[in-house]
Amino acid sequence: MNQLSHLDTLEAEAIYIIREVAAECEKPVMLYSIGKDSSVMLRLAIKAFYPEKPPFPFLHIDTTWKFREMIGFRSRMATEYGLEMLVYTNEEGIRAGINPFDHGAAYTDIMKTQALRQALDHYGFTAAFGGGRRDEEKSRAKERIFSFRNEHHAWDPKNQRPEMWKAYNTRLHQGESMRVFPLSNWTEKDIWQYIRQENIPIVPLYFAKERPVVSREGNIILVDDERMKLLPGEAVERKKVRFRTLGCYPLTGGIESEADTLDLVVAETLSAVSSERTSRVIDHEAAGSMERRKREGYF
Amino acid sequence: MNGLLKFITCGSVDDGKSTLIGHMLYDAKLIYTDQEKALELESKVGSCEGGLDYSLLLDGLMAEREQGITIDVAYRYFTTERRSFIVADTPGHEEYTRNMAVGASFAELAVILVDAGKGILPQTRRHARICRFMGIRDFIFALNKMDLIHYNKNIFLKIEKDIKKLAVDLELDHITVIPVSATEGDNVTVRSDKMPWYQGKTLLSCLEETVVSGTGQEGLEQVLSGTGQEGLEQVLSGAGQEGLEQTVSSGQTASAQPEPGFVMPVQRVCRPNHSFRGFQGQIEAGRVAVGDQLTILPSGERAEVSGVLVGDKEAAAAGTGQPVTLTLDREVDVSRGCVLMKEVSLHCGTMFTAMLLWMDDAALVSGRNFYLKLGTRILPATILQIKYQVDIHSGEHLADAALHKNEIGCCDVLVSDKVVFAEFRKYKSLGSFILIDRVTNMTSACGVIEHPLRRAETVTWQTMDVTREFRAGQMNQKPMTIWFTGLSGSGKSTLANALEKRLSTSGKHTMLLDGDNIRLGLNRNLGFTEKDRVENIRRIAEVSRLMNDAGLIVLTSFISPYRSDRDNAGEIIGREDFIEIYVSTPLEECERRDVKGLYKRARQGEIPNFTGISSPYEEPLDPQLRIDTSRHSLEACVDIILEELKKSGRI
Repeated sequence: MNQLSHLDTLEAEAIYIIREVAAECEKPVMLYSIGKDSSVMLRLAIKAFYPEKPPFPFLHIDTTWKFREMIGFRSRMATEYGLEMLVYTNEEGIRAGINPFDHGAAYTDIMKTQALRQALDHYGFTAAFGGGRRDEEKSRAKERIFSFRNEHHAWDPKNQRPEMWKAYNTRLHQGESMRVFPLSNWTEKDIWQYIRQENIPIVPLYFAKERPVVSREGNIILVDDERMKLLPGEAVERKKVRFRTLGCYPLTGGIESEADTLDLVVAETLSAVSSERTSRVIDHEAAGSMERRKREGYF
Repeated sequence: MNGLLKFITCGSVDDGKSTLIGHMLYDAKLIYTDQEKALELESKVGSCEGGLDYSLLLDGLMAEREQGITIDVAYRYFTTERRSFIVADTPGHEEYTRNMAVGASFAELAVILVDAGKGILPQTRRHARICRFMGIRDFIFALNKMDLIHYNKNIFLKIEKDIKKLAVDLELDHITVIPVSATEGDNVTVRSDKMPWYQGKTLLSCLEETVVSGTGQEGLEQVLSGTGQEGLEQVLSGAGQEGLEQTVSSGQTASAQPEPGFVMPVQRVCRPNHSFRGFQGQIEAGRVAVGDQLTILPSGERAEVSGVLVGDKEAAAAGTGQPVTLTLDREVDVSRGCVLMKEVSLHCGTMFTAMLLWMDDAALVSGRNFYLKLGTRILPATILQIKYQVDIHSGEHLADAALHKNEIGCCDVLVSDKVVFAEFRKYKSLGSFILIDRVTNMTSACGVIEHPLRRAETVTWQTMDVTREFRAGQMNQKPMTIWFTGLSGSGKSTLANALEKRLSTSGKHTMLLDGDNIRLGLNRNLGFTEKDRVENIRRIAEVSRLMNDAGLIVLTSFISPYRSDRDNAGEIIGREDFIEIYVSTPLEECERRDVKGLYKRARQGEIPNFTGISSPYEEPLDPQLRIDTSRHSLEACVDIILEELKKSGRI
């Protein structure tokens, strides 16, 4: 039977999926969020096609509120691997002055969900890889690897296509598309162990370092640029922090940590007692909020 | 560490599947504290009287929480010191059987829950059968809710006996029966002190220690133990003839240290530049090394492996499950869908017998066409015949012309081109397939190949009458002739045209007959005498019938003013399939429209015998539908017709 290790099994499954998309889907794209999952997905794409370059472009939905270090890292990766890196921003949202401080949930909808839909329609992509994992959230745990979206990019959780063995059904009508999740069966721990095993470069924000932060509603928020307005009673402190997930800096909470090397980060993750989504401000909503967003076209 | 085990939990509704897994994760401290807090909070508003409702850890969809049931399969991940696990928790309702099957296709081992108070239920049998169908060999039966029967040993023993009988009926290879209580935690992760009479393992340790048998080895073993022959062996004589099945094997006599064979379906060809041409895929079984002689199917060409890449690293060899890129020592014809192999036995042909699990709402009938995806090939396929249906409870073979949702049946399948395949029990990925609906693109069925259909067994196909029903079945529609009749200018052609567009965009195969394509060709020798007029309608009716025989939906648009002519057409076409639609737009409106200026000329006496002016129009006495185009928009008229066709079961 299968003699592969746990990580090798997951790697083989992901590579199989990525190659199937390239072989069968008309116009694929790989969503690149610059985070650790995207870094793993990029590595898998490189491995899947080597010595050929990945035969599809990468797409970053830029809200303009990402950590500065993320943007630098994005350019570095694109150059290093010779990737076609598309960057898309919802310009309408920018003109309307939508920002994470004043607009809360509407900000996520407009600058992420709407922007993604606009970008996919703009380029006419029929399949988009995402780094989503089933261990992240309960509605993700129910989603197929090849997840069908109708012409409005909506997911219908009650009528998913049966997905049997490795026989993935990629057939679509005009206007419909697929979200494909090659990391579906990976856990956060698998991601970190794979990053260590493969020595995959990741954004330095994942490592603990003394950084200027403020405490806001129980989250530690990085003061990444001058747009970060302090509320009455808030003060910038310097703390040794790192981030378990990366997104828009005003919406991403850091944790106090001493883990400044990969080994220490992995060790800390393996002994973690809370799930990584606690650090995402937008997820602190009612049960089912993720499912609702996905039905509306969120990744 | 024992690597990764993928397993499924299944069983009837309310047997406590989600609770069992939830409890296992909770007990083994495998959930994060924030999830635990959320669980405690949510349990308080639930139905468990403040006790922890472990199932909330798994039922993730809003509809599931609202209804308190599991609709779709959920995947959970946990690792103990001894093994990593992925568990697919599946729905128990019969309605969601296909989602349960999704979980089963993914798993290597099944944990089937049985309510100790109820014993084996129909759904228990159904799930066990589907797991077996999907290729699972190892089964754990967890007899749940032991607390509710006061940990009664005799009840346990009785149900255990029933389970063993079920295992014999279904030919389940390895079974273990464990008495548990998912809510109380007995024998889940720790041995229960309430059942001293049970000396076996807990569920968790059983999961940690089971060595799964799985699929994939049988193929290799078979060739190795048989007397193989050098090179390509064609089991049947007369190779190369159209439609003839071949069994291709390349093998050597088994030695003491057998070098296992090799099978890899090609996913894609990697061509970064002119000098490199690699074949990418995942090794289905066996090993491959630089220097190996491989056979390429279906061509049968041979070549030597000149390079092996595992991911982006060069390697001397690679084995089962690894993603590789292989280069060969010479130019050969290899593309996606080909299979590279050595020393194994595979089939290459167009027909096979398979067991199907039908998952679509509409029933499957013989003759239907699909896209079939097998390995890395996707191609058109036809279900030649449904041989029998398997009674999900008794296992009996039932003769049935159709296969309904959630039923399993045995079918003969014909694919449009030669395809490489294997028996499912030998190679999972070359022996399993899905059927995709050609109109909706939904995955309608999944199937496992039993055996190839060889020449002797294909007689039924070769001598089979290709009937009107068979052709109609292939087009997945009911043939008919929709006969529009009405005055000149009443809107027949416009309506027929619009209806045809709507029918064909919904996947129907249609043909429109009107003055343009009939008068100028087939009937160009006919004038307007009484005799010619009757002959005109007769020919149109005969052509319509032929096209109906070919499976088509025919739309005709002719004034056809005489009742006797239309009756005659109905006789030729067949009353059943003759749909008369009277376009009853009033004469004044038709004359007002006068698109071609004919009414004006008729009024001036330039056209003799003009229907409605100088010649009668006989209204149909009992048309299927009467429609006045001056009273509805074109789209509304089409909707009315479609509605009527649906109501009468024609589409």
